[in-house]
Amino acid sequence: MADARFFGDGLKYLNPSDLKGKLIAIEGTDGVGRTTHLEMLQEWLEVQGYGVMTTGWTRSNLMSKTIEVAKAGNILDRWSLSLLYATDFADRLEHQIIPALRSGFVVLADRYIYTAFARDFVRSADRTWIRNVLGFALIPDLVCYLRIDVETLALRVIETTGMNYWESGMDLRLGGDLYDSFKKYQSLLIGEFDKMAPEFRFNVVDARKSPEEIQNELRGYILPVLQNHKPPSGTKAVPS
Amino acid sequence: MSESHLLTTASHPHPGKLIIVEGIDGSGKSTQLQLLHKWLESKGHKVFFTEWNSSELVKETTKRGKKSKSLTPTTFSLLHATDFASRLYHQILPPLKAGMIVLADRYIYTAFARDVVRGVANEWVRKLYAFAIKPDMAFYFNVPIEVAISRLLRGTRGQFKYYEAGMDMDLSPDVTESFRLFQSRILAEYDKIVEEYGLLTMDATLEIETQQEHMRALVEAALRGYKPRRGTYGRRTLFWRRFEVPKSE
Repeated sequence: MADARFFGDGLKYLNPSDLKGKLIAIEGTDGVGRTTHLEMLQEWLEVQGYGVMTTGWTRSNLMSKTIEVAKAGNILDRWSLSLLYATDFADRLEHQIIPALRSGFVVLADRYIYTAFARDFVRSADRTWIRNVLGFALIPDLVCYLRIDVETLALRVIETTGMNYWESGMDLRLGGDLYDSFKKYQSLLIGEFDKMAPEFRFNVVDARKSPEEIQNELRGYILPVLQNHKPPSGTKAVPS
Repeated sequence: MSESHLLTTASHPHPGKLIIVEGIDGSGKSTQLQLLHKWLESKGHKVFFTEWNSSELVKETTKRGKKSKSLTPTTFSLLHATDFASRLYHQILPPLKAGMIVLADRYIYTAFARDVVRGVANEWVRKLYAFAIKPDMAFYFNVPIEVAISRLLRGTRGQFKYYEAGMDMDLSPDVTESFRLFQSRILAEYDKIVEEYGLLTMDATLEIETQQEHMRALVEAALRGYKPRRGTYGRRTLFWRRFEVPKSE
């Protein structure tokens, strides 16, 4: 990550040039299978000898509790909601992601700022503000987008975790019915992800395929990124 | 919203008035705002008061972050912006829409000054607060650093707080010296902000009553043409009490 760059106004007090690791983000809407695939990727990379760190949305030490409390209140305005996520992301970026990259880890991010972009956009129809706010984010070395259609997604979510208030975007008052609201909200999100795909050069993976096929495709995208990044205990002799 | 500098131009469309004060710790801005509050109420205005970093949700988090000393310039800035967003939505906008006067002890300019000194990009923090509304009046209480220090040391607090003194920035192991260095940089930022956003500069070295007299005259002039909303005297609580079941029976 020698040429690591920030999206916008970066962290002035931080030098990103010494980040040796690789930052790989897996994006996709709720229930699409991101977490499962991340676990499999971690296993696969660790077997090869790579140090792997995973980081997930709202999992920061500073913010995870606060966000839970805020969501339980259900009364958040658009700005507070987006800013809580932005704070969570900043905390993880500075305390987890950047230190890990500096030590040469492969960082697997379960969701990245594109999730924040999509969610803020469907609540505000404004793309500028949240992108400016998250301008301090590092541009990942690779973004894979697990794409699914809303019909398949709805069935899959009902079969597994069930639909909840936030995943259905009930705060948007798209309708009183959980199922209808879920479908409307998730289609808006998918629509926004689809728009971002060419803009931010996502590698689109069809999430309706079998888990094995998806995993193979993901590995296919990751391998070239790691090619000039030797595993610490690699058996292949790579001149340093 | 192509550019973030809406703030320098557009006024808010609401019938109420937003009056804010800015200045470093020890500038006397809170005292002046309290006196203004009393005066406005005595004239029959409905006034709502709000202060920086005071929403419950975020306050707890900030406290936790400060305790573990894990706050970075960026998370520090974002937490304050979250607090502000929440207060804007829940506290500032409703009374303004209802035609009340809202008094704010510190506003977004505090973030512009402090956060930039802590190390975030000047442009970034301005874009961060692009959703804020422009106050109808913004006072800046300008005070030399030595006056602020002697006031604070003399005052009830008697010492500086860790973050107020910028101790997290390792400017000096001595708290007073750290405060001097940190707040001097903030003063320099405020100087730029006063010009950029046209804040009304008050000489905060003058006597309290002299400053207040000046402030009231300015506010009076600005409120000419403003139709105050008279209060409802909080009858609502009385109304509901009629339906309570008496406890003694």
